[in-house]
Amino acid sequence: MNRRNFLKNSLMTAATISTFAGLMITPKRVVAGWPKESFDITDLGKSIKSVYGHNDLESSSKVKLKVPDIAENGAIVPVNVKTSLENVESIMLFVENNPQPLTSGYNLSSKSKPVIGTRIKMGKTSTVMAAVKSNGKIYTSSKEVKITIGGCGG
Amino acid sequence: MSTIKIRAKESNGAVTVKALMKHPMETGQRKDKKTGDKIPAHFIQEVVGKANGTEVITVHWGPAVSKNPYLTFAYNGNKGDEVELMWTDNKGNTDSKKAKVK
Repeated sequence: MNRRNFLKNSLMTAATISTFAGLMITPKRVVAGWPKESFDITDLGKSIKSVYGHNDLESSSKVKLKVPDIAENGAIVPVNVKTSLENVESIMLFVENNPQPLTSGYNLSSKSKPVIGTRIKMGKTSTVMAAVKSNGKIYTSSKEVKITIGGCGG
Repeated sequence: MSTIKIRAKESNGAVTVKALMKHPMETGQRKDKKTGDKIPAHFIQEVVGKANGTEVITVHWGPAVSKNPYLTFAYNGNKGDEVELMWTDNKGNTDSKKAKVK
């Protein structure tokens, strides 16, 4: 092996090692429990069914959904949900007219208070629905939000 | 620099946690105006909230959550608790931050 080849080889080895080291150091994590199928569904009814296994919903005044009547910017629509229901397992937020109605899901523990808030994107005027699972049953509250400028287009 | 800003405050035995995360939350449906190519999806899929090491909330987000997302949640706790928030996105990136409850 002449000197030139030796240098070339050792450089390549060094490059390979550093690539591997880089891969090992970066903390890559895959979200195992993320319900891809539910997030991909484009129909509200099917989306609800894929989350709960049924479409048995009951509208309840005990679910308090706070959204603006009119949102000027569909890219940022504040949503707040709270409920006086007990033993709440989860809270789900659906937007009927979005490309995929399921926006987000919140799985609570026994220590949690059933209160959540976030900001979502809405493509156009639509009904927003909060679904609360309490004692195995699904209680909902819905409100329409008018969108002046959509938040999903490019 | 952490991508997370977190604040936690106790009142009447309930701790309210408010957090802002820095993230593009790209839906995968937008197109680059110059090239016409689709911008690949890049969004936070999971946020886990812990109090003193115990999980209190697990959040699953889709791409319809706004850019630089905001999250608030609450749990039964006390002043001085250590709350921790950790997010993971669809590319496997992750970040976390701790805060003391005031």
